[in-house]
Amino acid sequence: MARIIVVTSGKGGVGKTTSTAAIGAGLAMSGKKTVVIDFDVGLRNLDMILGCERRVVFDFINVIHGEAKLHQALVKDKRLENLAVLPTSQTRDKDALTRDGVEKVLDQLRDEYDYIVCDSPAGIERGAHMAMYYADDAVVVSNPEVSSVRDSDRILGLLSSKTRRAERGEEPVKAQLLLARYDPARVEKGEMLKVDDVLEILAIPLLGVIPESQSVLKASNLGMPVVLDESSNAGKAYLDAVKRLMGEQIEHRVLAPERRSFFQRLLGRTA
Amino acid sequence: MNLLNLFRRSREGSAGAAKERLQILLAHERVDSEAPEYLPMLQKELIAVIEKYLDVDDEKVEVRLERGRELSTLEVNIELPGAEKLQGRARGRPTAGTLLQA
Repeated sequence: MARIIVVTSGKGGVGKTTSTAAIGAGLAMSGKKTVVIDFDVGLRNLDMILGCERRVVFDFINVIHGEAKLHQALVKDKRLENLAVLPTSQTRDKDALTRDGVEKVLDQLRDEYDYIVCDSPAGIERGAHMAMYYADDAVVVSNPEVSSVRDSDRILGLLSSKTRRAERGEEPVKAQLLLARYDPARVEKGEMLKVDDVLEILAIPLLGVIPESQSVLKASNLGMPVVLDESSNAGKAYLDAVKRLMGEQIEHRVLAPERRSFFQRLLGRTA
Repeated sequence: MNLLNLFRRSREGSAGAAKERLQILLAHERVDSEAPEYLPMLQKELIAVIEKYLDVDDEKVEVRLERGRELSTLEVNIELPGAEKLQGRARGRPTAGTLLQA
């Protein structure tokens, strides 16, 4: 019986899709059968980040409408055998995503997979609502920046009231913070909110801190989840977060500013 | 690929890969958005034709697509019942073997 995890944020551009891809790939690397689902109807992108965009045949909405079987719409990852993607529709209207339709698809996936990771669209409209409705866990992606933290707080409110667990009075959705694009050097200079500041404001457990890293853009360019880049600090941070998500106790790494050598500074590069 | 390209590629790093992926995908998507979604219909009609002659299990139909720069491939894989299954289905009717035993 799979656990359903929603990756959500409210604000756009904070790293939801990057995080979904990294978490999905990280779970698959740990031997867990994982499916990632794109809920952003009309703006398909998870396929691009995972590098399978040219192999998409059918989508989530085709399955809901009965035009394709679920197994036909799932795109298997070429690098990780435990990972599959259910792409969203690129053309249909957003009303196509119905609560019953989503439930039917999730129920079918539940028996076959260990984890179902739902990539929420930005905003608080239908797609975001559908992505969180059936969730057991929530990964709230935020950046150390005021509007992002504010929107995360809004999303936390919705998670505790507008989900099936909330409506049925069951154990609430377990929401944890994933703080992305964190720059320890700027935090040290007092230019950026500290992890502790954000935790104090949002008052939820910390799943992980992802350092700002050039490897994230590189991974996106190549269509490869960043966890597959062994030299990437961001990739390592995501793998730690994945272990915590699976229930392991992993200490948070000390987040020290990256020391740059004379040559790196000269070249304007960071690792 | 000539030697010049080789150098250019290494200087461009991952950005070159990003540009190429986008060019291929968007070329396909711009065309697709003008036409109705044909794949679900194509699949339905294709299976309807095959079902006239053969037993097809909906769950055993696999459709694979690979969009490329020069060409794209559409692969439809239909798994048909094997000898054992067919024999199982034919039970009740006397087969050559049972006739001989009798």
